[in-house]
Amino acid sequence: MGKKFLLEHVNVPGIETLPVYQSKGGYASVEKALKTMTPDQLIEEVKFSDLRGRGGAGFPTGLKWSFMDRKSDKPRYLVVNADESEPGTFKDRYLMEKLPHLLIEGMIVSCFALGAKSGYIYIRGEYMYIVRILEKAIDEAYQAGLLGKNILGTDFSLDLYVHPGAGAYICGEETALLESLEGKRGNPRLKPPFPAIAGLYACPTVVNNVESIAAVPTIINITADKYNDVGIGKSSGTKLISASGHINKPGIYEIELGLPVEEFIYSDEYCGGIWKGRKLKAVVAGGSSVPILPANLILKTAKGEPRLMTYESLADGGFVSGTMLGSGGFIVMDETACIVRNLWTFARFYHHESCGQCSPCREGTGWMEKVLHRIEHGHGHMEDIDLLVSVAKKIEGNTICPLGDAAAWPVASAIRHFREEFEYHVKYPEKVKDPKHFEKEPFVSEGMLVNG
Amino acid sequence: MEQIKFSEQTLALVNRIIKRYPEGKQKSALLPVLHLAQAEFNGWLSAPVMDYVASLLSIKPVEVYEVASFYSMYNLKPVGTCLIEVCQTGPCWLRGADDIVEHLKNRLNINVGETTSDGMFTLKTVECLGSCGTAPMLQIGAKYHEDLTNEKVDDILEKMRSENKRSSYMR
Repeated sequence: MGKKFLLEHVNVPGIETLPVYQSKGGYASVEKALKTMTPDQLIEEVKFSDLRGRGGAGFPTGLKWSFMDRKSDKPRYLVVNADESEPGTFKDRYLMEKLPHLLIEGMIVSCFALGAKSGYIYIRGEYMYIVRILEKAIDEAYQAGLLGKNILGTDFSLDLYVHPGAGAYICGEETALLESLEGKRGNPRLKPPFPAIAGLYACPTVVNNVESIAAVPTIINITADKYNDVGIGKSSGTKLISASGHINKPGIYEIELGLPVEEFIYSDEYCGGIWKGRKLKAVVAGGSSVPILPANLILKTAKGEPRLMTYESLADGGFVSGTMLGSGGFIVMDETACIVRNLWTFARFYHHESCGQCSPCREGTGWMEKVLHRIEHGHGHMEDIDLLVSVAKKIEGNTICPLGDAAAWPVASAIRHFREEFEYHVKYPEKVKDPKHFEKEPFVSEGMLVNG
Repeated sequence: MEQIKFSEQTLALVNRIIKRYPEGKQKSALLPVLHLAQAEFNGWLSAPVMDYVASLLSIKPVEVYEVASFYSMYNLKPVGTCLIEVCQTGPCWLRGADDIVEHLKNRLNINVGETTSDGMFTLKTVECLGSCGTAPMLQIGAKYHEDLTNEKVDDILEKMRSENKRSSYMR
């Protein structure tokens, strides 16, 4: 069994309530942080832990905190990004539903470190039932003196609020999220200025993912040193992985960073292998926006080394033969999955979710969706395959926010690794008109290893 | 014409929501208040409802329109008593979302985007709802229905018909 920092007590009955949560040591980090540490010490501790943002980008959390404009006389804010909406990613939902007090505890310590007196949890609107869970937990914390004025008898006061979004993936981008929190359309802002200088209401603001903030209590409780002992190199600590698709045991798993990918897919402790006794075809390892890898490259790097669940190992080979840990949204496809159709569902998603502010993204995502639709439905031409690559290249790096890149990367990687499958669609239009074509006759690209 | 006005209880909640934001930043309450408005006024946001919300928050009506038309959870046209939203993205598709949509279309005798002739059901497909590990799934109001099979879908439809209650994200 791997180390569990976040989910250690997740199965304890009533852990979502304050008394049970406290009986398991909950809120100890608040006591320690507020009574024995300074904000500077806290920021240093988080920096030293090497905690990297768990939302997808993987930016070091402590470093992000240190960018906060602490000389400003404006109010400072912590905004928790709970707008989890990326296909394959559903870990924050589990964390908030099961352990709402862990998030609140992390927010109290983080706000103290940042000098924030208000914090908002911006949660995707579809998770409305979790809004109620969080609000109930926040009420409990106020009643226990863990929120509000003079927390635990100290000079520190803090108010926390839950703010529901209304169905827009783009609001997971931190500046779009801030626009949305201000009651506007979720259009990303041009950067700089970054939120740490001018964020919510043009005040210094830190935006962190739910899982990042939920990791803070452990770092403070056990110290950064011991947190750092878990994991490999700059991939420290544990990570929640949301596993879905063609596996025997879809769900949320907390892994120690450094776990071999093969063990994650095949061991009973985690995914339990490929469903229906089928073979592994491909994996999207970090949410729909990261490059897709065929079976051979997800299990081993191009150098033949075992691929590990770390930021570095998954990225080994760059975008040619590697991918990204991203949000930890691990989507597994067996031999019957049609890569083109899967990619079309992603393209449809990005087209739907583009805010429309930048032309390359607004128009390009639509083009990619249309071209993929016609290839998948048996109306494609060979030149469409290169057209897709060309459109993806024209989007990448040419938009205000990373949604354009997120839409382009899966396209480029799918064609790189599965080009023959795209060609098959063009050559045999009659066969692919049936949406379940590969269930009857699995297609394996030449040179792609399928593991049993 | 009936005057558009929140119930006393909802108005009190609106005022509490506005206080979550700094003074003068009441526009921040727009998304939560629109959710309340949609729940209270028949499941959709008509122009008069949006005008009313604008007046409550002391902002221009166009500021409400541009927001309401941006976010997918707000309905700008009437919907059935029960709005069924089926996730169809990647992981849900891998686990059979297309079959669930087909089954719903057959059972309800409508296409995606349409409402049954009795006004009971509207069928909508949506992008990822964060339920990939329990796919395929659909959402009705605030409730997620997961690990779907055709039989489960039939049970859900039956239950919704017998309850005959408007679905809302607020319940």
